[in-house]
Amino acid sequence: MALRLAGELRENVRRISVSLLISLGVFLIGLSIGAVLMVIFGYNPLKAYRSLFYGALLGRGGLAESISISIPLMLSGLTFAISARAGLFNIGAEGQIYLGAIGAVIAGAYLLLPFPLHLIVTTLFAMLLGVAWSLGPALLKAYRGVNEVIATIMFNWIATYLAMYLVLNVLYDPQRAERTVTVLPTARYPQLVEYSSLTTAIFAALLLCIVFYLILFKTKIGYELRVYGSNPDAAKYSGISSKKVVLYSFILGGMAAGLAGGLLITGRPPTFALYGTLGNVSGYGFDGIGVALIGRNHPIGIILSAFLIALLRNGGRYMEFQAGVYSELVRAIIGIIVIALAIPEIYEMVARYIRIRRARRMVEQ
Amino acid sequence: MMKPWIRRFTGVIGTIISVVFLLYIYEKIGLSPKSILQTTFLALTPLLLAALGETINEKGGLVNIGLEGILLITAVLGVYFAEITHSGWYGLILGALLGGFIGFIFGVISVYGKADQIVVGIGLNLFALGFVQFFMMAVWAMPGIRIPPKEVIIPPTTISGFRISLITIVSIMLAPIIHYLINKTKFGLWLRAAGEAPESLDAAGVSVEKIRITGATIGGLLTGLGGAYMSLAWFGGVVKEITAGRGFIALAIMVASGLRPLYALLFSFIFGFAEATAIAISLTPGVKEVVPYHLILMIPYIVTLATVSIFMGRARFPKALGIPYRRE
Repeated sequence: MALRLAGELRENVRRISVSLLISLGVFLIGLSIGAVLMVIFGYNPLKAYRSLFYGALLGRGGLAESISISIPLMLSGLTFAISARAGLFNIGAEGQIYLGAIGAVIAGAYLLLPFPLHLIVTTLFAMLLGVAWSLGPALLKAYRGVNEVIATIMFNWIATYLAMYLVLNVLYDPQRAERTVTVLPTARYPQLVEYSSLTTAIFAALLLCIVFYLILFKTKIGYELRVYGSNPDAAKYSGISSKKVVLYSFILGGMAAGLAGGLLITGRPPTFALYGTLGNVSGYGFDGIGVALIGRNHPIGIILSAFLIALLRNGGRYMEFQAGVYSELVRAIIGIIVIALAIPEIYEMVARYIRIRRARRMVEQ
Repeated sequence: MMKPWIRRFTGVIGTIISVVFLLYIYEKIGLSPKSILQTTFLALTPLLLAALGETINEKGGLVNIGLEGILLITAVLGVYFAEITHSGWYGLILGALLGGFIGFIFGVISVYGKADQIVVGIGLNLFALGFVQFFMMAVWAMPGIRIPPKEVIIPPTTISGFRISLITIVSIMLAPIIHYLINKTKFGLWLRAAGEAPESLDAAGVSVEKIRITGATIGGLLTGLGGAYMSLAWFGGVVKEITAGRGFIALAIMVASGLRPLYALLFSFIFGFAEATAIAISLTPGVKEVVPYHLILMIPYIVTLATVSIFMGRARFPKALGIPYRRE
């Protein structure tokens, strides 16, 4: 019994370390191609990466700021991951984040409630709007068979203009018309580290990651999602409804993205408002796809990969400032990482390499 | 029961009737029908080119949802090529070739890397978004906008008072040509076999890999032409948001048309018309004050969703679509 458990444990450790190795390897591939691009355009990649990692880890408020940026990233990563587990591609986190942010502004600025209650209500309302926005593509997919990639992208664009319209015409601050009114102090997450934007919002995000882990691996719904994702035909024969799978995975995804939008407004000082350009909430949804894939669509892996991507995003500003390399290069690197992760032949190469090395070691012994 | 040949044209006839009816209403509320039609043809071109490209791609069994990324990269680099060669036409050709190169890389990754094509497409879109902004900053020291000198812009020509781009005419002619290519030529037969039954193509001694990669390259070439057209022959410059979801609208056209090039032309016209309507409303004095600007901008996306959900059920796709081919 104890032996078997030890064997299982060893097997798990091995599997996890191979996953980590592949994720880190692909991360390095992304950085190398980024370096090649820098050389082509006449920058010094060593200087650029040194300032990137120095800034992201050790700069003023560096590490705390990186953790703060990882909050929306891990949540939008969950959105993509939960649908990917069900074999679906929900790239609608971007739009659902905008709606979550709108929800947080509405509930956080216009409701009058005492401190913890107001914060909870605001957070829940943000999640509710995120779910509402994810229902559109989910229903179109479940009942009309509309490709979810197309549907979610169209909903993203509609959300962009809807949010801009609401910010500039309905929720605007009379004193500063370029942004909404600010969320009341009773609906703000308390700061964790001084001089940084890291707040207790991180606990809300981590909590949702754990909840998603439990849903995915310990409940019937999660089991059905995973079965459907790995073999839709077998799932249908065993009586799993495809409509249910689509709806549940999108609703859960909408919850996570809505929370991401909400926390960007209520948990990221000093703004506590939504800008008409959507500049303070945009981009996290798309970067979340990279987060999910690097984290191998696992809710706990996503916590780590969100931190990696947050390092890049946060450090990108230092790289731009000190090495003159435009920070958007970071997004190109994330794109390369995603492409590399899509190629199974790369893993097979890694696996082959590990096997050969192990065989060689055994021969030497 | 309607006669089959009448049924084949119901889509066309229905579209013409609705467009004429809408133009009549537009004229009543003060929009110019002629300028809306001119804008329709300008707007349908990149959609049609990308949709035709993706049709070839998918007939061969590959799904490239990175159209948006190809459009964006070629729109930006098309301007760059035009500036360094001092010629809009060279910019257009080099933009198309670059698109073909990206399509080729996509094909190789998908076919030989046996990659998850949807994920590669997502990665391509992410890469494009970051790369073009980096590129614009590195080359032009401008964050996300570039207006090239006027002499490299390709203006529309005027045919009996109607302004239309030569590239638009070419892309409209491409629809029947590609219909012919897919359905009547040997290459078309191989392409369809690569998408429907790759093992039988393999058994016939034709390389599934090469056919699929060729399809992906042609698809990228057409999409790249669409991208360079947008910046050089339509907008006369480039901003980082220039594509505005057009790559995905092109995907929607391809899906709704059920991979039939002539239907792709029809749907491109409908989407171009929707976009032209939105542009006209947002520009015409007396109308633009009534409807909020941001709500008008939603029109093309709502029309896309509505159209896809109506026509989705009818489409039939190649059997081996999106599945990497593994020889037994």
